[in-house]
Amino acid sequence: MLLIHCPVCGEDRPETEFTYAGEAHIARPSNPDTLSDADWAQFLFYRTNPRGIHAERWRHTHGCGRFFNALRDSVSDKFIQTYPAGTPRPATAKPENAQ
Amino acid sequence: MSKFSFFEIMRKALNHNEDWQRQWADPEPKKDYDIIIIGGGGHGLGTACYLAKEHGLTNIAVLEKGWIGGGNTGRNTTIIRSNYLYDESAALYDHSVRLWEGLSQDLNYNVMFSQRGVMMLAHTDHDRHSFQRHIHANRLNGIDNEWLDAGQAQDYCPALDISPAARYPVIGAALQRRGGVARHDAVAWGYARAASECGVHIIQNCEVTNITRHANGSVSGVETSRGFIGAKKIAVVAAGNTSNVMRMAGVRMPLESYPLQALVSEPLKPVIPCVIMSNSVHAYISQSDKGELVIGAGTDQYVSYSQTGSLPVISHTLEAICELFPIFRRVRMMRSWGGIVDVTPDRSPIIGETPVPGLFVNCGWGTGGFKATPGSAHVFAHHLATGTPHPVNAPFTLKRFETGRLIDEAAAAAVAH
Repeated sequence: MLLIHCPVCGEDRPETEFTYAGEAHIARPSNPDTLSDADWAQFLFYRTNPRGIHAERWRHTHGCGRFFNALRDSVSDKFIQTYPAGTPRPATAKPENAQ
Repeated sequence: MSKFSFFEIMRKALNHNEDWQRQWADPEPKKDYDIIIIGGGGHGLGTACYLAKEHGLTNIAVLEKGWIGGGNTGRNTTIIRSNYLYDESAALYDHSVRLWEGLSQDLNYNVMFSQRGVMMLAHTDHDRHSFQRHIHANRLNGIDNEWLDAGQAQDYCPALDISPAARYPVIGAALQRRGGVARHDAVAWGYARAASECGVHIIQNCEVTNITRHANGSVSGVETSRGFIGAKKIAVVAAGNTSNVMRMAGVRMPLESYPLQALVSEPLKPVIPCVIMSNSVHAYISQSDKGELVIGAGTDQYVSYSQTGSLPVISHTLEAICELFPIFRRVRMMRSWGGIVDVTPDRSPIIGETPVPGLFVNCGWGTGGFKATPGSAHVFAHHLATGTPHPVNAPFTLKRFETGRLIDEAAAAAVAH
Protein backbone atom coordinates (compact mmCIF):
# COMPACT_ATOMS: atom_id res chain seq x y z
CA MET A 1 0.00 0.00 0.00
CA LEU A 2 1.40 3.38 -0.97
CA LEU A 3 1.00 6.41 1.24
CA ILE A 4 0.59 9.42 -0.96
CA HIS A 5 0.91 13.05 0.06
CA CYS A 6 -1.77 15.14 -1.62
CA PRO A 7 -0.30 18.62 -2.14
CA VAL A 8 -3.78 20.13 -2.27
CA CYS A 9 -5.15 18.59 0.96
CA GLY A 10 -1.71 18.65 2.57
CA GLU A 11 -2.19 15.16 4.00
CA ASP A 12 -0.70 11.67 3.64
CA ARG A 13 -3.51 9.38 2.54
CA PRO A 14 -3.69 5.69 1.45
CA GLU A 15 -3.32 4.74 -2.19
CA THR A 16 -6.93 3.54 -2.47
CA GLU A 17 -8.11 7.17 -2.32
CA PHE A 18 -6.13 7.99 -5.46
CA THR A 19 -6.27 7.17 -9.16
CA TYR A 20 -3.12 6.93 -11.22
CA ALA A 21 -3.23 9.02 -14.39
CA GLY A 22 -0.08 8.18 -16.33
CA GLU A 23 3.14 9.96 -17.16
CA ALA A 24 3.25 13.69 -16.36
CA HIS A 25 4.44 16.63 -18.45
CA ILE A 26 3.17 15.31 -21.79
CA ALA A 27 1.99 18.48 -23.47
CA ARG A 28 -0.67 18.26 -26.15
CA PRO A 29 0.89 19.36 -29.45
CA SER A 30 0.15 22.98 -30.28
CA ASN A 31 0.14 22.32 -34.04
CA PRO A 32 -2.25 19.37 -34.50
CA ASP A 33 -3.07 20.19 -38.13
CA THR A 34 0.54 19.93 -39.25
CA LEU A 35 1.73 17.11 -36.98
CA SER A 36 3.04 13.94 -38.69
CA ASP A 37 1.69 10.46 -37.91
CA ALA A 38 4.97 9.59 -36.19
CA ASP A 39 4.73 12.65 -33.94
CA TRP A 40 1.11 11.84 -33.10
CA ALA A 41 2.19 8.33 -32.15
CA GLN A 42 4.87 9.76 -29.86
CA PHE A 43 2.31 11.98 -28.14
CA LEU A 44 -0.42 9.36 -27.86
CA PHE A 45 1.38 6.09 -27.26
CA TYR A 46 5.11 6.35 -26.61
CA ARG A 47 6.14 6.63 -22.96
CA THR A 48 9.38 7.00 -21.01
CA ASN A 49 8.64 4.07 -18.67
CA PRO A 50 11.89 4.62 -16.71
CA ARG A 51 13.49 2.21 -14.31
CA GLY A 52 14.18 4.97 -11.80
CA ILE A 53 12.49 8.26 -11.08
CA HIS A 54 9.15 8.65 -12.82
CA ALA A 55 7.18 11.88 -13.09
CA GLU A 56 3.52 10.93 -13.04
CA ARG A 57 0.01 12.29 -12.52
CA TRP A 58 -2.32 11.23 -9.74
CA ARG A 59 -5.85 12.29 -8.91
CA HIS A 60 -7.12 12.42 -5.35
CA THR A 61 -10.41 10.87 -6.47
CA HIS A 62 -11.86 10.16 -3.04
CA GLY A 63 -10.56 13.38 -1.48
CA CYS A 64 -10.31 16.80 -3.04
CA GLY A 65 -10.75 15.37 -6.55
CA ARG A 66 -7.80 17.35 -7.88
CA PHE A 67 -5.00 16.21 -10.17
CA PHE A 68 -1.41 16.68 -9.05
CA ASN A 69 2.03 15.43 -10.08
CA ALA A 70 4.49 13.22 -8.27
CA LEU A 71 8.07 12.03 -8.56
CA ARG A 72 8.35 8.39 -7.55
CA ASP A 73 11.14 5.84 -7.77
CA SER A 74 9.71 3.04 -9.93
CA VAL A 75 12.05 0.43 -8.40
CA SER A 76 11.36 1.07 -4.70
CA ASP A 77 7.91 2.67 -5.26
CA LYS A 78 8.97 5.44 -2.83
CA PHE A 79 7.52 8.87 -3.44
CA ILE A 80 10.19 11.54 -3.62
CA GLN A 81 7.93 14.54 -3.93
CA THR A 82 4.43 15.54 -4.94
CA TYR A 83 3.75 18.92 -6.50
CA PRO A 84 0.80 20.82 -7.96
CA ALA A 85 -0.28 20.20 -11.55
CA GLY A 86 0.95 22.86 -13.93
CA THR A 87 4.24 23.46 -12.14
CA PRO A 88 7.47 22.29 -13.77
CA ARG A 89 9.20 19.09 -12.77
CA PRO A 90 11.42 19.72 -9.70
CA ALA A 91 15.12 18.99 -10.07
CA THR A 92 16.20 15.76 -8.39
CA ALA A 93 19.58 14.46 -7.33
CA LYS A 94 19.20 11.22 -9.29
CA PRO A 95 19.07 11.15 -13.10
CA GLU A 96 15.85 9.82 -14.56
CA ASN A 97 17.13 6.45 -15.72
CA ALA A 98 19.35 5.65 -12.73
CA GLN A 99 19.20 2.01 -11.72
CA MET B 1 22.42 -35.73 -24.71
CA SER B 2 20.35 -38.72 -23.69
CA LYS B 3 16.70 -38.85 -24.63
CA PHE B 4 14.18 -38.84 -21.81
CA SER B 5 11.94 -41.90 -21.90
CA PHE B 6 10.28 -44.37 -19.61
CA PHE B 7 13.08 -46.82 -20.32
CA GLU B 8 15.65 -44.18 -19.36
CA ILE B 9 13.91 -43.54 -16.02
CA MET B 10 13.93 -47.27 -15.28
CA ARG B 11 17.59 -47.61 -16.23
CA LYS B 12 18.64 -44.59 -14.15
CA ALA B 13 16.61 -45.89 -11.21
CA LEU B 14 18.64 -49.11 -11.29
CA ASN B 15 21.80 -46.94 -11.15
CA HIS B 16 20.46 -45.09 -8.08
CA ASN B 17 19.80 -42.00 -10.25
CA GLU B 18 23.45 -41.08 -10.09
CA ASP B 19 24.31 -40.57 -13.75
CA TRP B 20 21.76 -38.01 -14.97
CA GLN B 21 23.47 -35.46 -17.22
CA ARG B 22 23.12 -31.73 -16.78
CA GLN B 23 20.39 -30.56 -19.10
CA TRP B 24 22.03 -27.62 -20.81
CA ALA B 25 25.62 -26.46 -21.18
CA ASP B 26 27.09 -23.45 -19.35
CA PRO B 27 29.54 -22.07 -21.93
CA GLU B 28 31.75 -19.00 -21.75
CA PRO B 29 30.50 -16.33 -24.16
CA LYS B 30 32.24 -16.25 -27.57
CA LYS B 31 33.53 -13.01 -29.12
CA ASP B 32 30.61 -12.76 -31.48
CA TYR B 33 27.44 -14.49 -32.64
CA ASP B 34 25.12 -14.26 -35.61
CA ILE B 35 22.16 -13.57 -33.34
CA ILE B 36 22.05 -12.48 -29.71
CA ILE B 37 18.77 -12.87 -27.85
CA ILE B 38 18.48 -10.61 -24.81
CA GLY B 39 16.30 -12.31 -22.22
CA GLY B 40 16.31 -15.97 -21.20
CA GLY B 41 12.64 -16.48 -20.47
CA GLY B 42 10.31 -18.81 -22.31
CA HIS B 43 9.94 -16.53 -25.34
CA GLY B 44 13.69 -15.95 -25.72
CA LEU B 45 14.72 -19.57 -25.21
CA GLY B 46 11.89 -20.73 -27.45
CA THR B 47 13.06 -18.34 -30.18
CA ALA B 48 16.58 -19.76 -29.94
CA CYS B 49 15.21 -23.29 -30.05
CA TYR B 50 13.11 -22.71 -33.19
CA LEU B 51 15.95 -20.79 -34.89
CA ALA B 52 18.14 -23.85 -34.37
CA LYS B 53 15.61 -26.57 -35.10
CA GLU B 54 13.59 -25.05 -37.94
CA HIS B 55 16.04 -22.65 -39.57
CA GLY B 56 19.38 -24.38 -38.91
CA LEU B 57 20.91 -21.31 -37.25
CA THR B 58 22.99 -22.29 -34.24
CA ASN B 59 25.55 -19.49 -33.85
CA ILE B 60 23.23 -17.92 -31.29
CA ALA B 61 23.53 -16.77 -27.69
CA VAL B 62 20.73 -16.19 -25.21
CA LEU B 63 21.86 -13.65 -22.60
CA GLU B 64 20.04 -13.68 -19.28
CA LYS B 65 20.86 -11.26 -16.48
CA GLY B 66 19.63 -13.64 -13.76
CA TRP B 67 18.77 -17.28 -14.22
CA ILE B 68 16.66 -18.69 -17.04
CA GLY B 69 12.94 -18.68 -16.41
CA GLY B 70 13.43 -16.54 -13.29
CA GLY B 71 11.40 -13.60 -14.51
CA ASN B 72 7.83 -13.63 -15.74
CA THR B 73 8.16 -17.21 -17.04
CA GLY B 74 8.31 -18.38 -13.43
CA ARG B 75 5.85 -15.81 -12.10
CA ASN B 76 2.71 -16.27 -14.19
CA THR B 77 -0.37 -18.35 -13.38
CA THR B 78 0.30 -20.75 -16.31
CA ILE B 79 -3.05 -20.30 -18.05
CA ILE B 80 -3.27 -21.20 -21.73
CA ARG B 81 -6.19 -20.32 -24.01
CA SER B 82 -6.82 -18.77 -27.43
CA ASN B 83 -10.37 -17.39 -27.25
CA TYR B 84 -9.43 -13.89 -28.43
CA LEU B 85 -11.87 -11.71 -30.32
CA TYR B 86 -9.91 -10.26 -33.22
CA ASP B 87 -8.75 -12.38 -36.16
CA GLU B 88 -5.11 -11.34 -35.75
CA SER B 89 -5.00 -12.27 -32.07
CA ALA B 90 -6.99 -15.46 -32.56
CA ALA B 91 -4.52 -16.59 -35.24
CA LEU B 92 -1.53 -15.81 -33.03
CA TYR B 93 -2.79 -17.42 -29.83
CA ASP B 94 -4.29 -20.44 -31.57
CA HIS B 95 -1.01 -20.98 -33.42
CA SER B 96 0.43 -21.17 -29.94
CA VAL B 97 -2.18 -23.58 -28.56
CA ARG B 98 -1.57 -25.90 -31.52
CA LEU B 99 2.16 -25.89 -30.71
CA TRP B 100 1.40 -26.48 -27.02
CA GLU B 101 -0.51 -29.61 -27.99
CA GLY B 102 2.66 -31.23 -29.34
CA LEU B 103 5.26 -29.42 -27.26
CA SER B 104 6.19 -32.16 -24.80
CA GLN B 105 6.87 -34.52 -27.72
CA ASP B 106 8.71 -31.89 -29.78
CA LEU B 107 11.02 -30.99 -26.92
CA ASN B 108 11.23 -34.48 -25.40
CA TYR B 109 10.45 -32.72 -22.14
CA ASN B 110 7.26 -33.03 -20.14
CA VAL B 111 5.82 -29.52 -19.90
CA MET B 112 2.73 -31.00 -18.20
CA PHE B 113 0.34 -29.32 -20.63
CA SER B 114 -3.12 -30.18 -19.37
CA GLN B 115 -6.16 -29.23 -21.46
CA ARG B 116 -8.53 -29.10 -18.52
CA GLY B 117 -10.61 -26.28 -19.96
CA VAL B 118 -10.74 -22.54 -19.31
CA MET B 119 -14.12 -21.31 -18.11
CA MET B 120 -14.81 -17.57 -18.14
CA LEU B 121 -17.70 -16.58 -15.93
CA ALA B 122 -20.39 -14.13 -16.99
CA HIS B 123 -21.92 -12.11 -14.15
CA THR B 124 -23.92 -9.47 -16.01
CA ASP B 125 -25.93 -9.10 -19.18
CA HIS B 126 -23.03 -7.18 -20.65
CA ASP B 127 -20.71 -10.14 -19.93
CA ARG B 128 -23.19 -12.50 -21.56
CA HIS B 129 -23.41 -10.42 -24.74
CA SER B 130 -19.67 -9.95 -24.87
CA PHE B 131 -18.85 -13.63 -24.30
CA GLN B 132 -21.40 -14.82 -26.83
CA ARG B 133 -19.90 -12.43 -29.37
CA HIS B 134 -16.49 -13.91 -28.54
CA ILE B 135 -17.83 -17.43 -28.93
CA HIS B 136 -19.22 -16.70 -32.39
CA ALA B 137 -16.05 -14.90 -33.49
CA ASN B 138 -13.89 -17.76 -32.17
CA ARG B 139 -15.92 -20.41 -33.94
CA LEU B 140 -15.65 -18.52 -37.23
CA ASN B 141 -11.88 -18.68 -36.69
CA GLY B 142 -11.98 -22.42 -35.99
CA ILE B 143 -11.34 -22.01 -32.26
CA ASP B 144 -13.47 -24.02 -29.87
CA ASN B 145 -15.49 -21.99 -27.39
CA GLU B 146 -18.96 -22.78 -26.12
CA TRP B 147 -21.66 -21.20 -23.99
CA LEU B 148 -22.70 -22.89 -20.74
CA ASP B 149 -25.63 -21.84 -18.61
CA ALA B 150 -25.08 -21.50 -14.86
CA GLY B 151 -26.09 -25.10 -14.13
CA GLN B 152 -23.73 -26.47 -16.78
CA ALA B 153 -20.96 -24.24 -15.42
CA GLN B 154 -21.46 -25.70 -11.97
CA ASP B 155 -21.47 -29.22 -13.42
CA TYR B 156 -18.07 -28.47 -14.92
CA CYS B 157 -16.75 -26.97 -11.68
CA PRO B 158 -18.89 -28.20 -8.76
CA ALA B 159 -17.33 -25.94 -6.11
CA LEU B 160 -18.69 -22.84 -7.87
CA ASP B 161 -21.46 -20.93 -6.08
CA ILE B 162 -24.20 -20.16 -8.62
CA SER B 163 -26.96 -19.10 -6.24
CA PRO B 164 -28.81 -16.01 -7.52
CA ALA B 165 -28.21 -14.29 -4.17
CA ALA B 166 -24.42 -14.42 -4.60
CA ARG B 167 -22.52 -11.14 -4.57
CA TYR B 168 -21.35 -11.92 -8.13
CA PRO B 169 -24.14 -14.11 -9.54
CA VAL B 170 -23.05 -16.49 -12.29
CA ILE B 171 -25.48 -16.30 -15.20
CA GLY B 172 -23.40 -18.45 -17.54
CA ALA B 173 -19.92 -19.07 -18.78
CA ALA B 174 -17.80 -19.42 -21.92
CA LEU B 175 -15.77 -22.61 -21.95
CA GLN B 176 -12.75 -23.30 -24.12
CA ARG B 177 -12.07 -27.00 -23.62
CA ARG B 178 -8.69 -26.89 -25.40
CA GLY B 179 -7.45 -24.32 -22.90
CA GLY B 180 -5.65 -25.31 -19.76
CA VAL B 181 -2.38 -25.01 -17.90
CA ALA B 182 1.25 -26.11 -18.26
CA ARG B 183 4.19 -26.21 -15.91
CA HIS B 184 5.93 -22.90 -16.55
CA ASP B 185 9.42 -23.82 -15.30
CA ALA B 186 9.44 -26.90 -17.49
CA VAL B 187 8.75 -24.72 -20.52
CA ALA B 188 11.91 -22.67 -19.93
CA TRP B 189 13.95 -25.76 -19.09
CA GLY B 190 12.62 -27.79 -22.02
CA TYR B 191 13.40 -25.04 -24.53
CA ALA B 192 16.82 -24.45 -22.94
CA ARG B 193 17.68 -28.14 -23.15
CA ALA B 194 16.52 -28.44 -26.76
CA ALA B 195 18.34 -25.25 -27.80
CA SER B 196 21.54 -26.17 -25.98
CA GLU B 197 21.52 -29.58 -27.63
CA CYS B 198 21.54 -27.84 -31.03
CA GLY B 199 24.56 -25.74 -30.02
CA VAL B 200 22.90 -22.53 -28.84
CA HIS B 201 24.82 -20.82 -26.01
CA ILE B 202 22.72 -20.06 -22.95
CA ILE B 203 24.62 -17.55 -20.86
CA GLN B 204 23.20 -16.77 -17.44
CA ASN B 205 24.26 -14.03 -15.02
CA CYS B 206 25.10 -11.87 -18.02
CA GLU B 207 23.39 -8.51 -17.90
CA VAL B 208 23.36 -6.37 -21.04
CA THR B 209 24.45 -2.84 -20.16
CA ASN B 210 24.58 -1.27 -23.63
CA ILE B 211 23.71 -1.97 -27.25
CA THR B 212 26.41 -0.72 -29.62
CA ARG B 213 25.88 0.34 -33.22
CA HIS B 214 27.96 0.70 -36.40
CA ALA B 215 28.47 4.11 -38.00
CA ASN B 216 25.66 3.26 -40.48
CA GLY B 217 23.26 2.78 -37.55
CA SER B 218 22.97 -1.00 -37.55
CA VAL B 219 23.70 -2.98 -34.41
CA SER B 220 27.23 -4.22 -33.77
CA GLY B 221 26.90 -5.98 -30.44
CA VAL B 222 26.23 -5.66 -26.75
CA GLU B 223 28.28 -4.64 -23.75
CA THR B 224 27.53 -6.96 -20.87
CA SER B 225 28.59 -7.64 -17.31
CA ARG B 226 30.82 -10.34 -18.88
CA GLY B 227 32.40 -8.14 -21.55
CA PHE B 228 31.60 -7.07 -25.11
CA ILE B 229 29.90 -9.58 -27.40
CA GLY B 230 29.48 -8.85 -31.10
CA ALA B 231 26.32 -9.69 -33.04
CA LYS B 232 24.86 -9.31 -36.53
CA LYS B 233 21.31 -9.30 -35.22
CA ILE B 234 19.97 -8.58 -31.74
CA ALA B 235 16.57 -9.70 -30.54
CA VAL B 236 15.21 -8.05 -27.42
CA VAL B 237 12.83 -10.34 -25.52
CA ALA B 238 13.07 -8.64 -22.14
CA ALA B 239 9.41 -8.42 -21.05
CA GLY B 240 8.98 -5.73 -18.37
CA ASN B 241 12.47 -4.33 -18.94
CA THR B 242 12.06 -3.87 -22.70
CA SER B 243 11.74 -0.07 -22.51
CA ASN B 244 15.07 0.14 -20.70
CA VAL B 245 16.91 -2.30 -22.95
CA MET B 246 15.60 -0.54 -26.07
CA ARG B 247 16.67 2.81 -24.63
CA MET B 248 20.26 1.48 -24.83
CA ALA B 249 19.84 1.47 -28.61
CA GLY B 250 18.15 4.86 -28.56
CA VAL B 251 14.69 3.49 -29.31
CA ARG B 252 11.65 4.72 -27.39
CA MET B 253 8.79 2.24 -26.98
CA PRO B 254 5.00 2.49 -26.63
CA LEU B 255 5.16 0.47 -23.42
CA GLU B 256 4.49 0.90 -19.74
CA SER B 257 5.54 -1.63 -17.10
CA TYR B 258 3.20 -2.58 -14.29
CA PRO B 259 3.34 -5.15 -11.49
CA LEU B 260 0.98 -8.10 -11.94
CA GLN B 261 0.45 -10.12 -8.79
CA ALA B 262 -0.28 -13.78 -8.15
CA LEU B 263 -0.48 -15.96 -5.10
CA VAL B 264 -0.75 -19.62 -4.12
CA SER B 265 -2.52 -21.28 -1.23
CA GLU B 266 -1.55 -24.19 0.95
CA PRO B 267 -2.04 -27.50 -0.94
CA LEU B 268 -5.58 -28.89 -0.96
CA LYS B 269 -7.15 -32.07 -2.26
CA PRO B 270 -8.40 -31.77 -5.87
CA VAL B 271 -11.26 -29.26 -5.87
CA ILE B 272 -10.94 -27.09 -9.00
CA PRO B 273 -10.90 -29.30 -12.11
CA CYS B 274 -10.39 -26.49 -14.63
CA VAL B 275 -9.30 -22.87 -14.91
CA ILE B 276 -11.90 -20.34 -13.75
CA MET B 277 -11.64 -16.73 -14.89
CA SER B 278 -13.87 -13.85 -14.04
CA ASN B 279 -13.19 -10.68 -15.96
CA SER B 280 -15.80 -8.56 -14.20
CA VAL B 281 -14.35 -9.11 -10.77
CA HIS B 282 -10.87 -9.66 -12.16
CA ALA B 283 -9.91 -12.92 -10.55
CA TYR B 284 -8.71 -16.19 -11.92
CA ILE B 285 -8.02 -19.44 -10.22
CA SER B 286 -6.80 -22.94 -10.99
CA GLN B 287 -5.27 -25.74 -8.99
CA SER B 288 -1.74 -27.03 -9.53
CA ASP B 289 -0.92 -30.71 -9.57
CA LYS B 290 0.62 -30.21 -6.12
CA GLY B 291 -2.81 -29.07 -4.92
CA GLU B 292 -2.08 -25.38 -4.43
CA LEU B 293 -4.73 -22.95 -5.58
CA VAL B 294 -3.02 -20.64 -8.08
CA ILE B 295 -4.69 -17.25 -8.04
CA GLY B 296 -4.03 -14.31 -10.31
CA ALA B 297 -4.92 -10.71 -9.58
CA GLY B 298 -5.03 -7.64 -11.77
CA THR B 299 -2.23 -5.20 -12.50
CA ASP B 300 -1.42 -2.39 -10.15
CA GLN B 301 -2.40 1.01 -11.46
CA TYR B 302 1.05 2.62 -11.50
CA VAL B 303 4.30 2.07 -13.44
CA SER B 304 6.69 0.05 -11.32
CA TYR B 305 9.63 -2.36 -11.49
CA SER B 306 9.33 -3.44 -7.86
CA GLN B 307 8.13 -7.04 -8.54
CA THR B 308 5.81 -6.73 -5.55
CA GLY B 309 2.65 -4.72 -6.02
CA SER B 310 0.15 -3.33 -3.60
CA LEU B 311 -1.97 -5.19 -1.05
CA PRO B 312 -5.38 -3.72 -2.06
CA VAL B 313 -5.07 -5.43 -5.45
CA ILE B 314 -4.70 -8.95 -4.06
CA SER B 315 -7.20 -8.42 -1.25
CA HIS B 316 -9.78 -7.34 -3.86
CA THR B 317 -9.08 -10.53 -5.82
CA LEU B 318 -9.33 -12.75 -2.75
CA GLU B 319 -12.61 -11.13 -1.75
CA ALA B 320 -13.98 -12.00 -5.19
CA ILE B 321 -12.62 -15.57 -5.05
CA CYS B 322 -14.28 -16.09 -1.64
CA GLU B 323 -17.59 -14.90 -3.07
CA LEU B 324 -17.35 -17.25 -6.05
CA PHE B 325 -16.09 -20.16 -3.95
CA PRO B 326 -17.38 -19.82 -0.37
CA ILE B 327 -15.55 -23.06 0.57
CA PHE B 328 -12.21 -21.24 0.23
CA ARG B 329 -12.88 -18.70 2.95
CA ARG B 330 -10.61 -20.42 5.45
CA VAL B 331 -7.84 -21.42 3.05
CA ARG B 332 -4.49 -19.86 3.93
CA MET B 333 -2.28 -18.29 1.31
CA MET B 334 1.36 -19.40 1.29
CA ARG B 335 3.12 -16.99 -1.05
CA SER B 336 2.40 -13.94 -3.14
CA TRP B 337 4.63 -12.20 -5.66
CA GLY B 338 4.61 -9.81 -8.56
CA GLY B 339 5.96 -9.91 -12.08
CA ILE B 340 6.62 -6.82 -14.18
CA VAL B 341 4.54 -6.85 -17.36
CA ASP B 342 5.09 -4.57 -20.34
CA VAL B 343 1.77 -3.27 -21.57
CA THR B 344 1.09 -1.69 -24.97
CA PRO B 345 -1.69 0.84 -25.53
CA ASP B 346 -3.80 -1.75 -27.39
CA ARG B 347 -2.85 -4.71 -25.14
CA SER B 348 -1.47 -6.63 -28.12
CA PRO B 349 2.19 -7.59 -28.48
CA ILE B 350 4.84 -6.08 -30.73
CA ILE B 351 6.77 -8.71 -32.70
CA GLY B 352 9.22 -7.69 -35.37
CA GLU B 353 11.51 -4.98 -36.61
CA THR B 354 12.51 -1.69 -35.00
CA PRO B 355 13.79 1.54 -36.55
CA VAL B 356 17.37 0.29 -35.90
CA PRO B 357 18.69 -2.11 -38.59
CA GLY B 358 19.44 -5.53 -37.13
CA LEU B 359 17.50 -4.87 -33.93
CA PHE B 360 14.33 -6.89 -33.43
CA VAL B 361 11.89 -6.87 -30.58
CA ASN B 362 9.28 -9.23 -29.16
CA CYS B 363 7.49 -7.48 -26.33
CA GLY B 364 4.25 -5.99 -25.11
CA TRP B 365 2.72 -9.30 -24.04
CA GLY B 366 1.29 -7.53 -21.04
CA THR B 367 -0.58 -9.77 -18.68
CA GLY B 368 -0.93 -12.71 -21.07
CA GLY B 369 2.44 -13.75 -22.44
CA PHE B 370 2.85 -17.24 -21.04
CA LYS B 371 0.10 -18.80 -23.13
CA ALA B 372 1.73 -17.44 -26.25
CA THR B 373 5.24 -18.75 -25.53
CA PRO B 374 5.54 -21.39 -28.29
CA GLY B 375 3.64 -19.40 -30.91
CA SER B 376 5.47 -16.17 -30.18
CA ALA B 377 8.86 -17.89 -30.27
CA HIS B 378 7.98 -19.76 -33.46
CA VAL B 379 6.90 -16.73 -35.50
CA PHE B 380 9.64 -14.51 -34.08
CA ALA B 381 12.28 -17.10 -35.06
CA HIS B 382 10.81 -17.10 -38.58
CA HIS B 383 11.04 -13.31 -38.74
CA LEU B 384 14.63 -13.26 -37.40
CA ALA B 385 15.82 -16.02 -39.71
CA THR B 386 14.17 -14.92 -42.94
CA GLY B 387 13.99 -11.16 -42.41
CA THR B 388 10.31 -11.17 -43.32
CA PRO B 389 7.41 -11.59 -40.90
CA HIS B 390 5.51 -14.84 -40.58
CA PRO B 391 1.89 -14.25 -41.75
CA VAL B 392 0.78 -14.68 -38.13
CA ASN B 393 2.99 -11.92 -36.68
CA ALA B 394 2.78 -9.57 -39.67
CA PRO B 395 0.02 -7.38 -38.13
CA PHE B 396 1.87 -7.01 -34.80
CA THR B 397 4.31 -4.35 -35.92
CA LEU B 398 5.68 -1.36 -34.05
CA LYS B 399 4.50 0.72 -37.02
CA ARG B 400 0.83 0.12 -36.17
CA PHE B 401 0.98 2.89 -33.59
CA GLU B 402 1.68 5.32 -36.44
CA THR B 403 -0.67 3.86 -39.03
CA GLY B 404 -3.48 3.43 -36.52
CA ARG B 405 -4.08 -0.23 -37.36
CA LEU B 406 -4.27 -1.17 -33.69
CA ILE B 407 -5.39 -4.62 -32.55
CA ASP B 408 -7.42 -3.34 -29.69
CA GLU B 409 -7.80 -6.34 -27.40
CA ALA B 410 -7.95 -3.90 -24.49
CA ALA B 411 -11.44 -2.98 -25.61
CA ALA B 412 -12.33 -6.47 -26.81
CA ALA B 413 -11.12 -8.81 -24.12
CA ALA B 414 -12.20 -6.85 -21.05
CA VAL B 415 -9.23 -6.68 -18.71
CA ALA B 416 -7.84 -10.12 -18.14
CA HIS B 417 -5.49 -11.59 -20.68
